[in-house]
Amino acid sequence: MGFLRTLQNTADGAKALTTGARITMRHYMGQLLKTEPLQTVQYPEERREQFPRTRWRHVLTRYENGLEKCIGCSLCAGACPARCIYVEAAENTDEDRYSPGERYAVKYEINMLRCIFCGFCQDACPTGAIVLRKDFELADFTRKDFLYTKEMLLEGASVIPLTAVGTHKEAVK
Amino acid sequence: MIFPEFVGGVHLPPLVPYIALAGTIGFILMILPGLIWIERVVIALMQDRSGPNRVGPRGLLQSTADVVKLFFKEDMSPKSADIKIYYLAPFLTVLCAFSAGGVLPLQTLTFHLANGDFQTVPLTVGDVNIGVLYILAVSSLQVYGVVLAGWASNNKYSLLGGLRGSAQLISYELSMGLAILCVVLFSGTCQLNKIVDAQSGAPFGLPLPEIFNGSIFSWFWLGTGIIPVVIYTIAMIAETNRAPFDLPEAESELIAGFHTEYSSMKFAMFFTGEYVSMLVVSGLNAALFWGGPLPPLNIIPFTLIPGFVWFITKVMGGIFFYTWLRATYPRLRYDALMHLGWKRMLPLGLVWLFLLAVVSLGRSPAKSADNVPEKPVTATQQVQTLPNAVAHR
Repeated sequence: MGFLRTLQNTADGAKALTTGARITMRHYMGQLLKTEPLQTVQYPEERREQFPRTRWRHVLTRYENGLEKCIGCSLCAGACPARCIYVEAAENTDEDRYSPGERYAVKYEINMLRCIFCGFCQDACPTGAIVLRKDFELADFTRKDFLYTKEMLLEGASVIPLTAVGTHKEAVK
Repeated sequence: MIFPEFVGGVHLPPLVPYIALAGTIGFILMILPGLIWIERVVIALMQDRSGPNRVGPRGLLQSTADVVKLFFKEDMSPKSADIKIYYLAPFLTVLCAFSAGGVLPLQTLTFHLANGDFQTVPLTVGDVNIGVLYILAVSSLQVYGVVLAGWASNNKYSLLGGLRGSAQLISYELSMGLAILCVVLFSGTCQLNKIVDAQSGAPFGLPLPEIFNGSIFSWFWLGTGIIPVVIYTIAMIAETNRAPFDLPEAESELIAGFHTEYSSMKFAMFFTGEYVSMLVVSGLNAALFWGGPLPPLNIIPFTLIPGFVWFITKVMGGIFFYTWLRATYPRLRYDALMHLGWKRMLPLGLVWLFLLAVVSLGRSPAKSADNVPEKPVTATQQVQTLPNAVAHR
């Protein structure tokens, strides 16, 4: 009995090994004859499509008329579990207007090294100013480069707000 | 192909072993980066990946780049290592791997002698009459590289790797020897060229058309009944420490096993030794069981291709098989390894050797006498020939 069982086990083992070898050979032939898809994405040349709700790089958005949505309320900084957001607010004036409300953010900084991409800032924002978008290539060379300032985060304006033109020119000077 | 005896006053037949030497070493060193490339690409395709494809066309220069990197890496040795043995081990591995390839039968060259006769000279570095024994002996010496490296590194992982290497080699050498004995039993010789000759007859001595003489059906994989070739193939993988028998360097358990402490070119030498011994052991497989330089069918398009091309094709088939297994199977547990070696392959090999011995007893001596060595000169014959010799003087 023992001997027969040993034989049976050996035969079963050999059968299992053949099954495994057949699977790899099938995939190999499939790749050679190009009947099976290659799973590799050739990364720098092509990028995989990100899911619609992927949370990566932060962006400060604008209204359609070019004004910033951010009102400098610091709710995002309060909601942030990693404490990586710093907001400094200032009053809007009629000559120097950035956002439709009373106040706007003079400084808006995110330390991307501390950010955990949880998206709580997006949830907390009352005006929907800060959103997490799909740009995922965030690598950089020095720690300082990871301190994203308001200029880096702010979305490019499709319409330049008339009220802000003068101040922008001054800033450039 | 028939070569003249003299070309420009140079006597060619004695040069053949040197040509074989240069050819073997040159081929092995040339093909090594290609071998690594083949392995990486084949495994990648089996896993639906694309493998190396950045350096050079289809990643062909990847292993060349790796070699250049290895040359420029820092050559370190641990402070507490036994420095003499530590440096000896990689050299021993490479030396044994290369020297084992010396008896492989690449091809037979025919020379048209000046006196009108034809002489066949095997394209082999050393066509010794104990070729099989020599390969077994030298490839067993190779384990000294593993054991000494494990011992001299003064590292517990290396030591475990060396221990496993020696135990594994001892267990699988036996089954390998039994499988080879089956072939030696049928061919009646240990000389690899004569073993190839023994496979060049009609399959099983049957009266079949000329096409089947020395064809795939008359090689010893079928001639000895498949079991020996299976045993030999499993043992050869275990012998060269390749997956799924790569316990001495199990990277998930022992970091890199016996060569954990080796860097740069010393590591490259272990790597070279491993791949060269893969080539040599596959070459022995090709010579013993797959007809060596014989074409698969004895008809015109196949016979026009020179023998060493067939030999290399068969060796590359062996390498592909290695890669295939590596892509497929997980590493064996240590006790399963021992179990397979001692409790399955060894008894099976012994029983099969016994059966083949019975079969070969039944065969008529005339049929297996293609390569019987000349009869030993008996005392009476010597006495008879002696007066003649005297008379000639």
